[in-house]
Amino acid sequence: MMTTQTEARPATAWKDMAVGDAIPPLTTPPISRTTLALFAGGSGDHNPIHVDLDVAKAAGMNDVFAHGMLSMAYLARMLTDWAPQTALRAFSTRFVAITQIHDAITCTGTVVEKLERDGERLVRLDVQTANAAGEVKLSGQALVALP
Amino acid sequence: MIDRKYIGHELAPLTVEVERGQLLFFAKATGQADPIYLDEAAAKAAGYRALPAPPTFLFSLDLKRPNPFALYDELGIDLNRVLHGEQAFRYGAAICAGDVITLRAKIVDIYDKKGGALEFIVSDCTATNQNGEDVGGMTRSAVVRNG
Repeated sequence: MMTTQTEARPATAWKDMAVGDAIPPLTTPPISRTTLALFAGGSGDHNPIHVDLDVAKAAGMNDVFAHGMLSMAYLARMLTDWAPQTALRAFSTRFVAITQIHDAITCTGTVVEKLERDGERLVRLDVQTANAAGEVKLSGQALVALP
Repeated sequence: MIDRKYIGHELAPLTVEVERGQLLFFAKATGQADPIYLDEAAAKAAGYRALPAPPTFLFSLDLKRPNPFALYDELGIDLNRVLHGEQAFRYGAAICAGDVITLRAKIVDIYDKKGGALEFIVSDCTATNQNGEDVGGMTRSAVVRNG
């Protein structure tokens, strides 16, 4: 099926966004060992601490744990589900806490600022990931241009 | 302590092709269902010349170095003591399958907290495509646990 960007993502008009508005959240299934193996391969991050229990334990961890960049990719999915990627100007996160194996991750984003810069209308979003217990794992911001 | 002389250290430039197969693998690994990232026709209908690389994929291109962790070896750091602290992207022209991207990275800061128990290595990377266009860049902060 062909889906155009416009059909998939009805552009939210800048004038219709207000500080405090949330964008549609995204929740993942629990992160499995298979997820981490696939992400190691797909992302090219072969650091064994994420896939090899022996290495993780030798490093003082109880278990393997998720790549920070896997969660950042989930946040990116939330953003591009909402706005076309070409509207994304900047995207950053701090890795606040380790995302553990079996965590189901919920990504959220909230408008914290409306601004105009270089002839563009932009919103700044606070974005974060949290597990089912509500523990924040990633905390960051995204800058998105809107029509 | 990491030798501060490495502040300003430039990594060898890296030129890599954006592989369609890796983009599809990355999409699978991150649960991507948006046809723009999976289907060439959908990508073209959305205005891309080929499958686009998602917002965090520049990080994966940087991992295509022959040994992506060589810098830690050079700095005398055990990879098992390294965590990802922060990651920031800025965006330029779209990166698509078939593009040839050149990355230029350097260490911009090294500092410590908690009396040296944690050390931070901040690196910045700029990227251009085969036409010399700016395709954005990224800043990474790696945390070394010395405790």
